[in-house]
Amino acid sequence: MAPMIEARGLTKRYEPARSERRLARRGEPTSEGTLAVDDVSFTVEEGELFVIMGLSGSGKSTLLRMLNRLVDPTSGSLQIGGQDLLSMDDGQLRDVRNSTINMVFQHFALFPHRTVRENAAYGLQVRGVPEKERLERAQTALDTVGLGQWGHVRPQELSGGMRQRVGLARALATDAPVLLMDEPFSALDPLIRRDMQDLLLGLQAEMRKTIVFVTHDLNEAMRLGHRIMVMRDGRVVQLASGAEILAAPADDYVANFVSDVDRSRVVTAEHIMRPPIITARTGEDPRSVLDRMGNAEAIGVYVLDEAGKLIGAVGDQDLADGIEAGCPRIESLASGTFATTSPEARLIEVMPLVGRHCVPLAVTDDDGKLLGVIPRASLLNTLADQRRPAHA
Amino acid sequence: MPEFHIGDVVAAIITWLQDNMSGFFDGIAAVMQTLIDVVLAALTAPHPFVIVALAAALAFWARGIGFAVFSLLGLLLVDSMQLWGQTMETLAIVLVASIVAVLVGVPAGIWAARSSRASTVIRPVLDFMQTLPVFVYLIPAVFLFGIGVVPAVVATFIFAIPPGVRLTELGLRQVDPEMVEASIAFGAKPWQLLRQVQLPLAVPSIMAGINQVIMMALSMVVIAGMVGAGGLGAVVVQGISRLDIGVGFEGGLGVVFLAIFLDRLTSAFPRPRRRPRTEAIEALEPEAEPAPAAA
Repeated sequence: MAPMIEARGLTKRYEPARSERRLARRGEPTSEGTLAVDDVSFTVEEGELFVIMGLSGSGKSTLLRMLNRLVDPTSGSLQIGGQDLLSMDDGQLRDVRNSTINMVFQHFALFPHRTVRENAAYGLQVRGVPEKERLERAQTALDTVGLGQWGHVRPQELSGGMRQRVGLARALATDAPVLLMDEPFSALDPLIRRDMQDLLLGLQAEMRKTIVFVTHDLNEAMRLGHRIMVMRDGRVVQLASGAEILAAPADDYVANFVSDVDRSRVVTAEHIMRPPIITARTGEDPRSVLDRMGNAEAIGVYVLDEAGKLIGAVGDQDLADGIEAGCPRIESLASGTFATTSPEARLIEVMPLVGRHCVPLAVTDDDGKLLGVIPRASLLNTLADQRRPAHA
Repeated sequence: MPEFHIGDVVAAIITWLQDNMSGFFDGIAAVMQTLIDVVLAALTAPHPFVIVALAAALAFWARGIGFAVFSLLGLLLVDSMQLWGQTMETLAIVLVASIVAVLVGVPAGIWAARSSRASTVIRPVLDFMQTLPVFVYLIPAVFLFGIGVVPAVVATFIFAIPPGVRLTELGLRQVDPEMVEASIAFGAKPWQLLRQVQLPLAVPSIMAGINQVIMMALSMVVIAGMVGAGGLGAVVVQGISRLDIGVGFEGGLGVVFLAIFLDRLTSAFPRPRRRPRTEAIEALEPEAEPAPAAA
C-alpha cells in the first residue's frame, strides 16, 4: 500500500532581504537567501506516529507547514493520500486542509470569541456543516478528549492542558485522517505534558490517524514516535526508531541529544542482550558442564533443549552436589530459580530482575526459546554510559 | 528656479469639476441633505424629554447608573439653555458624517490590512487628510456643494475618517498570526477568515477607531458653523463675532457635553474583551488631539 505522506526533496529557500538584493546588484557577495529546509525526503505510513525532532531553527516547523502548504515549498514533491499537493489550486487545497490534513498548534490558537464547543466545531463550520450537526460532532470530539463538560465556556477560562485538548478536539471533529502537530505540548508544564502524551497515545491506539508530530524534546519523541526524524540546519541528520537512535546516534549532534535521554525508558532488553558465554544441553554430563563453567568463570548455567528452548538453570553448588550424588543427566538438576523477560521489555522493567540469581537475566521469545542474556554489568554499563552505544 | 504653483493646478481642477461635474456633486449634496434631514427629523420630532429619557436609558444600558444620571442632567441643562434644537442639529451632522466615515473607513482599513500595496497608498493619503488645515478643503467644498450643512459634513468626513481606517487596519494586522494560520489550516476561504476570525478579534480596535471618528467629527463642529451648517457651531461663532462671552460659553458647553456623552457611549461597547484603549491609540501616528473644539 502506498504511504500516506510521501515527501521527496522538499526544499524551502527564503529570498534574501531587500538590502541584500541591493548588494547583489552592485556585484557584492551575498548569501543566496536562507535555506530553511534543504532537500528533505521521507514517507509516513498510514496510522504511523512520525516525529520530527530538532532544536529551534532546525527547519522542523517550516517542514511541517509545507505538508499543508501553509508554507509553499521552493522545490520538491509532496503526495498526501495519493494526491499531489503541490499542483493543487486554492480551492482544492482548501478542501484537503479541511477534510484530510488538520493541525494542532503550539500555542493552541483557539479563538477567544468562541466557546470551546464552537472552537471544536470550527473545521466543520468552514466546511458548511449545519450548526446543529456540527455542534453535536464537536461535542463528541470534546467527549473523546475528556472535556465533555466544558463545551459552553470560553477557552481562556481553561488551563493550558485543557486548552490543548480543545485544540486536539478541533482537529478530531473533522475526521481528517492526517494530523499535523506543531510542538503541541511544549507550552505545558511537565506533568500535564505527560498526561497529554498519554492521552495522545490512547487516542492513537483507537483512531490510527497518521500523525506528524514536531518536538524539540527527544524524551517526548522517544515516548511517542514510531520513527523519529532528527533535523539540523534544515537537513535530516537521522531517521530511525527511538531505540535505534539511542543505540547508534548518527553523529555527535544526535549523540549530544541522546545523552539527555532517560535510556531506561527507551532502550529495550533486545538492544543490550548478548549471547550467553556458556549453556548446557539436555543430556549433557554434569561433570563436563562443571568443568566448562570453571573455565568460563561462571557460577551458573542455563540448560536448553535441542530446539534452544530454556528448560532451567543450575548453579555450581547444585551441580557439584548432583555429581556427588551420581546424577547422570544435567536436566534433572535444573531448577526454576531464574528470571526471564521479553525482548521488548524496557530497561526500567528489567532492572529489578537482574543480578538476583546465579545466572544472568534470560531474554526469551514467546515460545520460551533463549535469545540472549543480560548480565548485571552490561545493564549498568548501558545506564552509566550515556554517550557511547552500549551494544549495537 | 522656474516658478511652479501647484495651487493654480488645484484651483483649475476645482473649477473644472464645478463646471463639468456639477450634476455629480449636486447628487451627493442631495443625498447628504436628505440623510441629515431624516436624522434631524427623528431627533427633533418627539418632545425633548422623550429624547432625554432615551439617551439616559442608553447610557444606563451602556455603563450604568452614574453615566445615566450624567446624561440626564447634561441634556436637561442643554434644554434649559434653550439650545436643544442646535444641539440636535450638531448631533445630526456628527452622526451622519461619522456613519459615512465608518462605512467608507472600515472597508478601506480592511483593504489596507489585506494588501501591503493598498496600505502604502492609503497611509500618505490619510496623513494628508489629517494634517491639511481644515479651511484649505473647506473652501473648495463650499465651491462644490454650496453654503450650508453639506460642505460641513463633507469636510467633517474628510477630517474624521483617518482613525477609522488606521485602527481598522491596525486591529486586523494585530490579530495573532497563529489564529490566522489556524483558520487557514482548517481550509477557511479568505472571506471566512475575515468574517469568522479577523474581524471579531479586531472589534476592540475597530470600536476604538469609531470612537475616534466621532470625537474628530465633534472637533469640527465650530468650523462647520462657519460655513452655515447651523447647530452649536453657529452659536459659538455668533458668540465670537459679537464678543458675547455668555453665548459662546453655552454653545461650547453643549459641544463638550455631546463629546463626553458620545465618547463614553461608544467606548463602552467592546466591553467583554476591552483592550486598554491607550495601547491602540499610541499606535496612531500624526493623531490630532481629539479634544472637543471651541469652549
